[in-house]
Amino acid sequence: MKKLGAYMKRFWFLYLLGFAGMVISIALDMMSPQITKRIIDDVIVSGQTQLLMRLLLGLLGIGIGRAIFQYIKEFSYDYIGVSVGYHMRKDLFRHIQSMSMDFFDRHNTGELMTRIKEDTDKVWVAVGFIGILAVEAVTHTILVLIFMFRLNPLLTLIPLLLLPAIGFCALRMEKGLGSVYDELSEETAKINTVAQECFAGVRTVKAFARESYEIEKFSRHNQRFYDLNMEQAKLVAKYQPRITFLGKVMLLSVVIAGGLLVISGRMTLGDLGAFSEYANNVIWPMEIVGWLSNDIASAFASWKKMKKVAGQQAQITEPEDAKPLENVKGDICFENVSFSLEGHEILRDVCFHLKPGQTLGIMGMTGTGKTTVVNLLQRFYDVTEGRILLDGRDIRELPLAQLRASMAVVMQEVFLFSDSVTENVRTGRREALGQDTVEWAAKKAGAAEFISGLGSQYETIIGERGVGLSGGQKQRISIARAVAKRAPVLILDDATSALDMETEQLIQKNLDELQDSSKIIIGHRISAVRSADEIIILDGGTVAERGTHEELMQKKGYYYRTWRVQYGEACEPARETETLVQERKRIVHKCTESQTMCGKKQEENKEKNQEENVSAQDPAEDVEKCRKGGEAQWQ
Amino acid sequence: MAVNTAKEDELMREVPKKDTLLRLYRYLFDYKKTLAAVGALLLITLSITLVTPLMIELAVDTYVAQSDIPGLMRLAGIAFLLFLLFMFCTRKWMMLMADITNKVLLTIRNQLYEHLQTLSFHFFDSRPTGKILARVVGDPNSLKDVLNDSVTKLIPDLLTIAGVSVIMLVKNWKLAMAALLTLPILCGGMFVIQIFGHRLWQIHRKKNSNLNAFIHESFSGIRIVQSFAAEPEKEADFDRCSEEYRSSFVDAVRIGDLFGALVEITWGLGGFLLYFIGIRIVGADKVGVGTFLAFSTYLGMFWSPIRNLANFYNKLVTNISAAERIFDILDTPAEITDREGSYCLPQVKGDVSFEHVDFAYTDEPDRLVLKDVSFSVRAGETIALVGSTGAGKTTIVNLISRFYDVAAGSVRIDGHDIHDVTMESLRSQMGVMTQDTFLFTGTIRENICYGKSDATEEEMTAAAKAVHAHEFIMEMEQGYDTQISERSAQLSIGQRQLLAFARTMVSDPRILILDEATSSIDTHTELQVQAGIEAMLKNRTSFIIAHRLSTIRNADRIFYIDDQNIVEAGSHEELMEKKGAYYRLYQSQFLR
Repeated sequence: MKKLGAYMKRFWFLYLLGFAGMVISIALDMMSPQITKRIIDDVIVSGQTQLLMRLLLGLLGIGIGRAIFQYIKEFSYDYIGVSVGYHMRKDLFRHIQSMSMDFFDRHNTGELMTRIKEDTDKVWVAVGFIGILAVEAVTHTILVLIFMFRLNPLLTLIPLLLLPAIGFCALRMEKGLGSVYDELSEETAKINTVAQECFAGVRTVKAFARESYEIEKFSRHNQRFYDLNMEQAKLVAKYQPRITFLGKVMLLSVVIAGGLLVISGRMTLGDLGAFSEYANNVIWPMEIVGWLSNDIASAFASWKKMKKVAGQQAQITEPEDAKPLENVKGDICFENVSFSLEGHEILRDVCFHLKPGQTLGIMGMTGTGKTTVVNLLQRFYDVTEGRILLDGRDIRELPLAQLRASMAVVMQEVFLFSDSVTENVRTGRREALGQDTVEWAAKKAGAAEFISGLGSQYETIIGERGVGLSGGQKQRISIARAVAKRAPVLILDDATSALDMETEQLIQKNLDELQDSSKIIIGHRISAVRSADEIIILDGGTVAERGTHEELMQKKGYYYRTWRVQYGEACEPARETETLVQERKRIVHKCTESQTMCGKKQEENKEKNQEENVSAQDPAEDVEKCRKGGEAQWQ
Repeated sequence: MAVNTAKEDELMREVPKKDTLLRLYRYLFDYKKTLAAVGALLLITLSITLVTPLMIELAVDTYVAQSDIPGLMRLAGIAFLLFLLFMFCTRKWMMLMADITNKVLLTIRNQLYEHLQTLSFHFFDSRPTGKILARVVGDPNSLKDVLNDSVTKLIPDLLTIAGVSVIMLVKNWKLAMAALLTLPILCGGMFVIQIFGHRLWQIHRKKNSNLNAFIHESFSGIRIVQSFAAEPEKEADFDRCSEEYRSSFVDAVRIGDLFGALVEITWGLGGFLLYFIGIRIVGADKVGVGTFLAFSTYLGMFWSPIRNLANFYNKLVTNISAAERIFDILDTPAEITDREGSYCLPQVKGDVSFEHVDFAYTDEPDRLVLKDVSFSVRAGETIALVGSTGAGKTTIVNLISRFYDVAAGSVRIDGHDIHDVTMESLRSQMGVMTQDTFLFTGTIRENICYGKSDATEEEMTAAAKAVHAHEFIMEMEQGYDTQISERSAQLSIGQRQLLAFARTMVSDPRILILDEATSSIDTHTELQVQAGIEAMLKNRTSFIIAHRLSTIRNADRIFYIDDQNIVEAGSHEELMEKKGAYYRLYQSQFLR
């Protein structure tokens, strides 16, 4: 974001125009008493009736002239204000959008909304409407002071002495208001956040019947908002009447002191009349001083908040001379990657190499850093140690846009924009993707069928976050969104969790056909990863097991145990006779034994790591047999 | 479903402006006594303001002219005291008025928020959150000036105009008529400007709301935006939204600024008419110089409050659309409410039954989602719902918590029709876990205890341990007092789901509904969680929607939902025997 002046400078012409309009209309305003005086003196008293029409037309002309120039003035300043606001908003939005994830981790949406919306609006008022009023008041005061000085320098001392007092009051008020507005802006952000969370999480609120709690929470903030507003009002009510009072006292003092001067013969009565009229004329600028400093304080507080946001640097940046890759093949290599966030180690020494067109499967317990792998790959965060290579180049050397555009991610948490299905699928490559690609991708994602059942098919508007669609439908649209990009790397982060088995398998089959893309599949279901070229199991942020499905089954570790939970009972449907039931019971019993054994083994594994003892235990072998039998039966 | 997006304007009911205004002022009239005090104080300050020029005149014309220094000093003393009084009165009414205005805003905002809580999902689903926010936060703010000025500017200005008109009429009614002849022109002009202006300001407010919604959405979805490198697109959209916001403002002020111009023109015309009629028609000699002089002063005194009034009117026109938008929400009827005479649902045992239930969403009443669904579940049973996505599983469980009302038939819990009991007593005994886990900004403790704020430390940790969240919570620096925020990276989605799980368990539900509650949790943790909650689930009825068959298999009964109804029901073994839809579904897990 630029300096405030830089935004204003671009409209110098309009400022000038508005200023000219203002000066002319003040001048016309000062001419009108002259004409009235001539009508009375020349026409009525001296009887020069032939002058009347000319003077009257002059009066009318002044009215019309004032109308025109006032309009020019007001419209220019309104125009400037809104346009400056527009440019500031645009820059701030662009800036915030370019911030890295750590920034968004720290700032709630409600707060960012307040900065871009409410705060910008306040600054806009100050650079437009309020600005011109301030200029008008100052110009007016200076002009009047000059006239006063020419009339009687001695008497001008009174306003000159009182003006600093008024200025002092205004400054004190501005200062006090500054901190109140500071808090008000914070509180607005908080109210925004509270309300936003309540509306976004309305299902949770209603499910727990916590409406009254939410209302109470909101009304606490609302009350705080009221208190702050009252504090603001108190400050204004403290200083504003004082300023008006000083203005009135000035007028009185001028008249009394002037009166004394007249009585002592050092001034004429006529001069005193004129002087007091001038003094009367500086009262309105005094009166609006308080009002102006109020708005200016508010704008200043907002401007500071905006600047604070604008002053934050994105942590993730691309080097200035970042050379893009000519043709991304999708070769990904993690070299001893470690990552810590806020002192917590999340990933430690992760290595893998994914060749173009291959598939990597990632499994592991909740919270072991699976999603972090994706976050690092897309540079939402930077690695703490080691490096990540894309086609042999460190991703930190690549242009961010290219890096991210070369990967299409289906995130665990589905987010859709309130827009049509087509627009959602096209996100990121709006211009380049035609309707046929959108429909092709929808078909691949198994979404084509339900989309054609929607009211306006691909043009159907889906609600924010995809409300109105079922979890599985949302997930399929978000898969279509990623597939449509035909990116060299396709990443599915637990992307099929809300889908039923049939749909999941259909989609997997379709995705397997996308031979050109390297794929990273994070999943909890064996079925999602089993055909991968390599599967890694993360545990505690580091690779605990790795290999193909077959290799991992041999290892009898985490992967094997997961398989057993999910598939072990594939044997079950095979049971037709009582003997089989008995056998199953025996197997299950043995499986439990082997689980505990594997559990112990894993402890050792952590030290021995890759040196897995492959010589399988007997009970496990039984299960293996069973699995083969079960699978064979279903094929 | 008619869904509004960030890019298009909202539709609103048309309400006469007069009604909106009266309704707005009704909030002010709640403070009649304070308003009366403000009025009295305003009168005092107004009279001091009016007396000031008279005192100056008196000082100059009488005391100074007669060199009466003691008189001058006496006057100075009186004036000084009057100014002090003025200062105190002003301070007082400013405070009183600020109090009233802010209280009205407080009331309006609280009312809005309370009313919003009673609205159904349909309301929230059909518009972006940012637009609702705009109405709760932004719109009331813009009423502040209107409310304040309605009293502090409108009253003195109207009084001044009335006073000056009376003086003019008394002094010379013919001249007065001449001067006032322009008033109809002014009023007519204002009316015309207002008609166009109002519409343009309405548009501007809508654009304001669009912009709000757009900002909200782009930051809520920032990960998607950045991940897809869609920043340029969002920037272009933002640019369009804020350009529309800007140009709608320019359009509105282009008309709105005419107010000032109109006043200036009629002022000039008023002067013209005054002298023209006075001199040409009535005759200068009949009027007298003094009267002319006085009238030219009065004309100034008359027009400056009119100018203020025009400004006020302009402000009113600008901001009335904000009031319209607020009342629009307050007038949106709550679809699901407690019936009259509804009673507290007693401690639930857990029998749930559907009797010939039909259901359709309100905006598509002809498309039945469920048709003639009947079943009954005994207390303590675990029911799994399966079926393809979009078949209506979630709808069935939503009906149990009465998130929607049935179109026909009834839903009963322990024999009580859920329409006859209060929603609070119903929902507080249900534990619903949806697939979208939503956590609030606050500590982990606050989140876990969300459904039961008086939960003890033991209850909380027991729940966290049952769902295996305790370990990772304790690993965090501040344990249960760790602050979590909207997007914070310290928790994975799976961990968030576990926290939400703990939250449901703490609320001690009699009926538990798990709608894909464990979809982001790995198989091992899920097993542990299942074991952990099993003890807690004893004797509680539960409904489970899941896709992992390992989760479903253990249920007492499985309902297969398809084609608006339950097509198969029975235990895993029974359904496998049947070799029907469930059998095929189960098979598919192993087919590759």
